[in-house]
Amino acid sequence: MNSPTATPEWEYAPAPERFDPGIKDRYRLFIGGRFVASRGRKTFETINPATEAVLSRCDEANSEDVDAAVAAARAAFRKWSRTKPKERAKYLYRIARRIQERSRELAVLETMDGGKPIRESRDVDIPLVAQHFFHHAGWCDKLQYAFPGATDPRPIGVCAQVIPWNFPLLMLAWKIAPALACGNTVVLKPAETTPLTALRFAEICEECELPAGVVNILTGAGETGRHLVEHPDVDKVAFTGSTAVGKRIAASSAGTGKRLTLELGGKSPNIIFADASIDQAIEGIVQGIWFNQGHVCCAGSRLFVQESVLSEVIAKLERRLRTLRVGDPLDKNTDVGAINSGPQLATIQQYLTEGTAEGATMHQPSTQSLPDKGFWCQPCFLSDVQPNHVIAREEIFGPVLAVMSFRTPEEAISRANDTRFGLAAGVWTDKGSKIFEVASRLQAGIVWLNTYNRFDATSPFGGVKESGFGREGGLHGLRGYLSL
Amino acid sequence: MAREPILKTWKLFIGGAFPRTESGRTMILWGGDDRVIAHCCQGSRKDLRNTVEVARKALPGWWARDAYNRSQILYRIAEMAEGRTAELVDAIRAVPDPDSDQPPTAAVARKEVAVAIDRMVTFAGWCDKFAQILGSRNPVNGPYHNFTMPEPTGVCGVIAPNQPTFLGLITHLAPILAGGNVAIALASETNPLPAMVFAEICATSDVPGGVVNILTGYRRELIPEFADHRDIDAIGGAAETTEERRLLELGAADNMKRVRLETVGDGDYFDDDARHSPWTIEPFTEMKTIWHPSGA
Repeated sequence: MNSPTATPEWEYAPAPERFDPGIKDRYRLFIGGRFVASRGRKTFETINPATEAVLSRCDEANSEDVDAAVAAARAAFRKWSRTKPKERAKYLYRIARRIQERSRELAVLETMDGGKPIRESRDVDIPLVAQHFFHHAGWCDKLQYAFPGATDPRPIGVCAQVIPWNFPLLMLAWKIAPALACGNTVVLKPAETTPLTALRFAEICEECELPAGVVNILTGAGETGRHLVEHPDVDKVAFTGSTAVGKRIAASSAGTGKRLTLELGGKSPNIIFADASIDQAIEGIVQGIWFNQGHVCCAGSRLFVQESVLSEVIAKLERRLRTLRVGDPLDKNTDVGAINSGPQLATIQQYLTEGTAEGATMHQPSTQSLPDKGFWCQPCFLSDVQPNHVIAREEIFGPVLAVMSFRTPEEAISRANDTRFGLAAGVWTDKGSKIFEVASRLQAGIVWLNTYNRFDATSPFGGVKESGFGREGGLHGLRGYLSL
Repeated sequence: MAREPILKTWKLFIGGAFPRTESGRTMILWGGDDRVIAHCCQGSRKDLRNTVEVARKALPGWWARDAYNRSQILYRIAEMAEGRTAELVDAIRAVPDPDSDQPPTAAVARKEVAVAIDRMVTFAGWCDKFAQILGSRNPVNGPYHNFTMPEPTGVCGVIAPNQPTFLGLITHLAPILAGGNVAIALASETNPLPAMVFAEICATSDVPGGVVNILTGYRRELIPEFADHRDIDAIGGAAETTEERRLLELGAADNMKRVRLETVGDGDYFDDDARHSPWTIEPFTEMKTIWHPSGA
């Protein structure tokens, strides 16, 4: 296929966000309403992945810190679970308001610590965080109406919550807002590469005079997380992250009586039929895989294109990829920011090497130069991918799309479902009957029809099969934090 | 001259048929007077594997049936069971309860059968209703039509408690079937006869082959196989011991099986209020949320 007529090269003037979020040199653990040093005296650096500059040092919580945080959450649970629901609600409403008021600061901090474009942290992450707290604030005094026949739902107790680095504050909101609304108390561990917005959230809890111990934040790496989820006085574990770690958590919780919510990996199919609005579908593919550098558990990382439009889709994707601006995440024009960490970049590059070694064809049309420092990956896609290729089966968690073709709807459905994962799926066609037939046969917890990667506090999120279980958001998300 | 009775050898119920265990092994059921009541199959790991294959094939058809149709099939099971009440009562009373060493009284057994059949009717009725209770239309920001609906989890293991032999099985099986799942049940080990009578009831109802499957055998042998099988999607029922629960949850971690077990003694099987809730169906459903732009 001929390449389309050359697009004029538009020069963008840099438009950096200059707000200073006021990062301190050192952050401590937030336990029982106070910032305290780790008993183990160990710290770790958190860096800006776009510059590799050290932003701050955080305490690495050890098992004694975990004991203290769980004890603080247990002590707070007695009061918090008996606090009048409409009073509990006021704290959550207050938190939602403070998040809105401090949204610029939070967005900049999120972008600096994690590498995501400021446009996304400003327009997607932080507004959703505020909505999540606002939405759940209103649930506090309505729980007895939420589950027909269950007029006295009870909180579960102390929740251990471990979250990933791709949407740091949003994942915190998904975990903490429903837990608190239902009368539970929490100990949350943010990812080691993105601890700063969680610590800023701890400050907001203080500001809002949330009772001590209701929210505890422990920073650290995998070992801290393991101590936390295996703690015997924890009643509920909520984890978002890799399927491998999720399985380890499920195994270590076996027989303990702990309740579990696991939101794990994905390899979500995005299916384009020939009768779709192709231009809209192209935008949906972009939104599906290059949003947040592809660091999205529900990313539409397997693209299935009906054979008759395959070459058209590939040509249009190449053209669209050239227009994506990769670079300084704090620049308001940036579309694709920095890869979150060096190790994650190495993982992505390993997959790209394997993909081409297995015979796939690489499409990385952008000629933009990337910054010298930091972790960067040009967004790309691979065609000529076979279903058994590693890049078609494993979660890459980067801006890498595997493109495959199909002939019939039956073939699309069976190949889309041929995976151990089942988080999300996308379908593009203008035929109403077909789109609902395909949607109902796809094995996924979320199905986006003629759209992709939409999120809302009222919309339940979560997967089937090895993408985990439990839902987060809306009425269904409450279920995991209540005993009926 | 006194007539000698014909002793029946009870077989497994797999895919709508009654095969012997591939292992060729049997277990003896002893009556109260130390007489042999019957021989049952001592199901094996291979039997379970074969059953999972059959159940997996039966799943799409059962899943795709209209809820009204599933409802009528479950109701048909209740109709057929009602006609075999006397046989079910005898089966329940055939083997003494291991705790008391006495068989249940006729009155107790009759009550158990009645409650179980009524429960099947209740869940027959749930088939075309629970989705409206568990699902939702979600008021999201922006021009999207967004709704959440329950779908079946898939192939479900049902670990029946040893007691009550019939009601325990029905209590755990009915919500799973109503939810559109297919089931592989492990019958009471101490007295599998009521479960096997139930298998004959299913075979003569309109239940498609492979939707209900029932194995008999030793818990200590088969529970680890249920736990570890990677093509079982969920496990419900009752653990007799905390070790059984731990084993099932541990095996489940490997393929993210959904596990919703009670421990024997936790709940009263005769309590209709607790047992008839749609929240007994929910653990064996998966919520699917669908977005579509609206007017944009």
